[in-house]
Parts: sequence; structure tokens; C-alpha cells
Amino acid sequence: MANALAPQKTMTLGEGGLALAFAALALLSIVIAAKAFTPEYAFHAYLFTAGSIAAVFAIINRYYDRPAAPAPLTVDGKPNYNFGPVKFATIAAVFWGIAGFAVGLYIACELAYPLLNLDLPWTTFGRLRPLHTSAVIFAFGGNVLIATSFYVVQRTSRARIVGDLAPWFVVLGYNFFIVIAGTGYLLGITQGKEYAEPEWYADLWLTVVWVTYFLVFLGTIIRRTEPHIYVANWFYLAFILTIAVLHLGNNSAVPVSLFSSKSYIVWSGVQDAMVQWWYGHNAVGFFLTAGFLAMMYYFIPKRAERPVYSYRLSIIHFWALIFLYIWAGPHHLHYTALPDWAQTLGMTFSIMLWMPSWGGMINGIMTLSGAWDKLRTDPVLRMMVVSVAFYGMSTFEGPMMSVKIVNSLSHYTNWTIGHVHSGALGWVGYISFGAIYCLVPWLWNRRLYSLKLVNWHFWISTIGIVLYITSMWVAGILQGLMWRAYTTLGFLEYSFVETVEAMHPFYIIRALGGLLFLIGALIMAWNIWKTVTSAEVAEPASLALAPAE
Amino acid sequence: MSLWQRHAILEKNSIILVIGILIVIAIGGLVEIVPLFYLKNTIEKVEGVRPYTPLELAGRDIYVREGCYLCHSQMIRPLRDEVERYGHYSLAVESMYDHPFQWGSERQGPDLARVGRKYSDDWHRDHLRNPRSVVPGSIMPDYGFLEQTDLDYSHIADNLKTQALLGVPYTADMIDHAAVDTVTQATNDSPDAADLQKRYPRAQVRDFDGNPSRVTEADALIAYLQMLGTQVDFKLYDDKANIR
Repeated sequence: MANALAPQKTMTLGEGGLALAFAALALLSIVIAAKAFTPEYAFHAYLFTAGSIAAVFAIINRYYDRPAAPAPLTVDGKPNYNFGPVKFATIAAVFWGIAGFAVGLYIACELAYPLLNLDLPWTTFGRLRPLHTSAVIFAFGGNVLIATSFYVVQRTSRARIVGDLAPWFVVLGYNFFIVIAGTGYLLGITQGKEYAEPEWYADLWLTVVWVTYFLVFLGTIIRRTEPHIYVANWFYLAFILTIAVLHLGNNSAVPVSLFSSKSYIVWSGVQDAMVQWWYGHNAVGFFLTAGFLAMMYYFIPKRAERPVYSYRLSIIHFWALIFLYIWAGPHHLHYTALPDWAQTLGMTFSIMLWMPSWGGMINGIMTLSGAWDKLRTDPVLRMMVVSVAFYGMSTFEGPMMSVKIVNSLSHYTNWTIGHVHSGALGWVGYISFGAIYCLVPWLWNRRLYSLKLVNWHFWISTIGIVLYITSMWVAGILQGLMWRAYTTLGFLEYSFVETVEAMHPFYIIRALGGLLFLIGALIMAWNIWKTVTSAEVAEPASLALAPAE
Repeated sequence: MSLWQRHAILEKNSIILVIGILIVIAIGGLVEIVPLFYLKNTIEKVEGVRPYTPLELAGRDIYVREGCYLCHSQMIRPLRDEVERYGHYSLAVESMYDHPFQWGSERQGPDLARVGRKYSDDWHRDHLRNPRSVVPGSIMPDYGFLEQTDLDYSHIADNLKTQALLGVPYTADMIDHAAVDTVTQATNDSPDAADLQKRYPRAQVRDFDGNPSRVTEADALIAYLQMLGTQVDFKLYDDKANIR
């Protein structure tokens, strides 16, 4: 009417289809909410209804606001990157990180002072512990992975991300999954498998989100204008693919009813144990390692302004790591009813895994060749390099603990908790913080508010990590030795509860370590907030970065 | 052409890279998981192992719901101190009807694989209500709300039906009687006890939580705890039977 020359605006198939799908989901959710067996499940159905209706409105609203033509793939010959979903996931990662660390601190205090369980069902350790693990692994780690993978794949492919609504669906859908999972734990909705606690409907939802994630990522690689697929993208691809396989295998379950949140896992007993730790160990291997190694291969070279140390080493690193990791699961089941041959396989491959792990560490650290001085001046780079050092440390400790005789002492003790946290806080945490400190200035075209605060973050949380892991080492070894201690007459020396009481001081030290780590993250959040809200616009990011001095 | 150059094929063709990754990650899992479904010592049958009664299953669901497995293992390793502390090492068959398994990975609290019949029902009730009243150094949360919450067994038959679908040998008779059996097992001197024990041999039938007027979540959980590890009679168990 107003302008006959303007191209006519029509709803795309994606917009229309997705809006219809969400409308249908909203209807289905209302029916489920009405007939749900339990109020907890009805609450989740209402959440799905509200989320679906919000999605329909968002899609229609966006349709009215957007220009008629779809976003161009290139502007002035340069790729027209889509960083909106990356920004959202980056901020979500900071938010969930702090939430996850805070819950971790709280449950650490519960173990030291059981009164903090408060006599309420939803604040007991048993319900909060999955909230902590899922919040840090899947909410914090997952958002960092999605943010960085969507950033790195666009940059290294020199192509705009595939899909108009799809990247947003991945980011928002994933965070909705987090909300469903987390509220579910508090309400007692869990399928009782470590690190795979969400029930069947949350798993189904995640499957849809994850397949979309894979297609968007792969599509962007296919759209690349560079001849080679960059090494970071191999790792991201392996992470996305393998997590999909693991998720489907481990979460195979039959719901009691469409109207019940309860389901029973298809596998049972020893088979279920093997499937669980095939999943569980490779959640470590692919979610917390492969994906974060991809960050190492992008952000460290970028920040150090040096190429990756060795191209050949990265090829060996990649294939050896993904092949060997899959075998390592049974080391979680030493001396159990799992057959010995499977335990031995698990142990053998865990020890072999040491080599590609350290190969990767060397590749990451040696990338600083000729730029070592930057460790002194750039706390962000220092954080990332220290994270790789922690990676080296925990990937030595892991194979050692997978040796059956060591495992006979360490299994079931706090040593395992210490080991996990040296990897989680030191490696995954620090490489993520480093990536966030890099990403935020790049995405918002700002200068990082304060490097001094990064320095404070680094040192405070490093002291926190040291307190955490040393206290858990001592606690774990003490616990293991007390369990097997005998008197001269040949009786067990300690009752079980005496070994629990002996843990008390270490639990307090551990909580202190966790507090320091949380304070560090809060400093980061402040720094990020000040960076994003600052008005200062840095020089265009497309120019070659000037050296620090 | 060197091997390094051949790798360029994978670096330049995303679909080939995807297929390569899938093949490489498939091998380990297949080798370790598939044989467990037919090897004799992982699918052995042992005298005495039966599916959970409806009340025990409801108790197990509460055990899962409250995340007990995050602090308590149910897997005794064949190590001298563990066998002396907890009892005979755990057999694969003892968790064959466990969907999912609850072997656990931590011992913030003791192993529970053979906790059945070790303590009285009163002890369990007091311990759930306030663990420190019976074990002063305990760090376990209070679970007093369990004995104040009526057990919801309105859909218990559906639970059994679903498990039957997964291969647990629940008969039509068991499924039909699921709700009745739930109440019967939690009742003192129930006339239907013999009937229940015909379906579930050696099931313990009594009021478990000290409050005969109600069937509570504590009834179910204690019934489950009291049967844990009691099914196999190790005086009769032949540990050579499944070796080949």
C-alpha cells in the first residue's frame, strides 16, 4: 500500500511451521497438565504451555518487526555474521555458572553441617546435588559450548550461521531444557542416573534441540568459504555427534504414561551400569573435553596471536582422543559385578588415553612459543594456559586412578570428587572464563572493562581450586585407608560413621575453596556487566589486533 | 601422497568427516556393551531372586526420587574389608530387575546392598526421621516428611505394567493385584499375606513405619530397604555355576 516498490513481506516456511508446531505443543501441554498424575508434572506441563505460547508470540512479533528480505549472507563482500544467539548464550553461561557454583557451595556446606538440609524435601542434598552438577556441566558448560561453537564455526568458516530461527531455537530451547531439568530435581522428578537425571519428556525435548544444533552447525560448515574445516570444528563436531549418540543410548526409557513424569530405563542391572558409564565417562570425554579442546584450539592461538603449535599433532590428538575415550567407561566399575575383561579393557584404554591427552596439552601450551611474555601481561591468556595445565594434571590423575589397585582405594571416596573438580574448576572453568573474557569484547565491540579484575578473578579462584582439590585428596585417601584399616587382632578398626566424622574439617576447607571460586566468578560477572554496558566502542574487530605493548 | 595429505579429504568434506567420527566412536561402546547381553555371568539366574513387590517398587521409586544413590552405593566389591563390613560381594543377578541400576559411585554414607534385615523397622523409622538420633555423627538429611506423606499408589499397576514391558516377569495376576498387594504388605497380620507371598516368595509383610493406620512413603521405603540383599541365600549359592 505505502510503497509498491518494496518487496512483499511473506512469512517463511520456517516461521509458519515453527509457530504452528509450538501452537500444537501448547495445546498438547494443556491436555497433559489437565490429566497429569502428579501436580509436579502438571507444573512442568504448564511451563511447556507458557514457553510454547511465548514462542508463538515471539515468532509473530519478530515477523512484523523484521525487514521483508531475509538477512543477507554477506555485506560488502564480508560475511554477515549472526552473533545474537552467541551473545544470549554467553550471558546465560555467566548466569548459570554463578547459580551452579552457588548451589555447589551450599551442598558442600550441607555435608559439613547437615542442619542446612532444612528438613524440607526440596533442599536435601539428594535433590540439590543433581541441580549443582547439571547447572555447572549442562547449563554453564553447555551455554559456553553453544556460544563458542556458534562463534567459532562462523568465524573459521567465514560464513553466516545457517538458519534464521534455528540458532535461536537451539539457544532458547536448550535453556528451557535447563529450566525443566533443574526445577524437576527440586520437585523430585529424576530418572536416577548420574548426570542423566532429567526425565523422559525433558530428554525428548533435548533431542529435538540437539538435532537442530547439529544441523545448524553442520550446515554452517558446509556453507564455509574456506577450503579446510578448522581443527576446532572437528572437535565441536565430534562433541555434538557423540553426545547425541550417548544421550539416546543412555536415556532409552519407557514412560509409565503420557500423563506421568515417571519412566523406567530400558536397561537394567549390569547392562545399565555399563551403558551409564559409557555415557557418564564420555559426557566427560566429549562434553567437558572435546568441546572445550575446541575452545583451546581457537581462543589460545587467537589471543596469543600465534598459530597452533603442530598441525600433525592436532590430527593425532583428535582421532586418538575420540577413539580411546569411548572405551574408558568401565573404570567407573572396577571390582563390581561387571565382568573382569570389561574392567581390564576400561583400565587399559584409560591409561592409553593419557598420551593423546598430553599431546593435546602440549599442542595447546606450545602454541605460546615466541609469545611467553604475554603470560605476564595478559591475565586472560594466563587463565587459559593455566587451564590447559590443569587439563594435563587431571588427565594424568585420571589414568592413574583407573589402575585397578589404585581404584580399590580411591573408588567411592572423596578423592574422585577432588579429581573431578581439578578438571572441572581448573580445566573447564578456566578455559570457559578465558573464552568469555575474549568473546564479550569481540561480540559487543567494547574494550574489556578491567584486566586488573581478571587478575583478581584468576588469583582468588586459583587459591580456591587449590584448597578444594588438596582437601579432597587428603579426605579421599584418609577415607579409603580408614575403611580398610585393621586392628592388630584382625578386626576392622573404624566403624563407618567414624570415617564420616573424620571428613568434617576437610569439608569445611572444601567449602571455603568453593566460596573463593564463586567470588572469582562474581568478579567476572561484574567485569562483564561493566564491559557490556560501557559506551566505549573499540576499534573495528576485523582489523588485525595490535600487540598488547 | 603421504598420509598427512590424505587427511585433507576429511578436512574438506564435512559429510565424510561426520561418518569418520561416527565409525571411530562406535567401536569401543559396541565391544564393551553388546556382549553383556549374552555372556552367561552377566545374565545368570540364581535361586531366590524375584521381582520387587509393588510396595518395594514404590519404595525404590522413592529411593530414586530422593537421590539416595548420590551418597549410598549398592555394590559390595570383593575386597576383604568390604565383605567384612557389608557382607557377601554383590552379584550381577541381584540387580537384574533394577531399572535403572543404583550401584552408585560415592559413599558419603555406607553401602546399602545388604542393609536388609540388619536393623529393625523402628530403627529405620527413627533414622529417617532424624539420623542423628541413632547415629550421632551422621551427616544424612532428615527425611521425616516421608512418614507424614501418604503413599500414592493409584498408578502402581501402570508401573508394574511398564516394567513387564521391559522384561521384568510381572504376570497379569501380579499387575491386577498391584494396588491390593501394596496395602496388604504394609498391614500387620493381613489375611491376604499368604496370597501375596505366593506371588512374591519370602516377601516381608507388616506395618513398617510404626503407624498401622496409614500406608506412607516411609512404609514403602523401609520395605524396600529391608529386602535389599536378602534374596540370595549364600549358604546355597554355587559361585562356580556360571563360570565357563
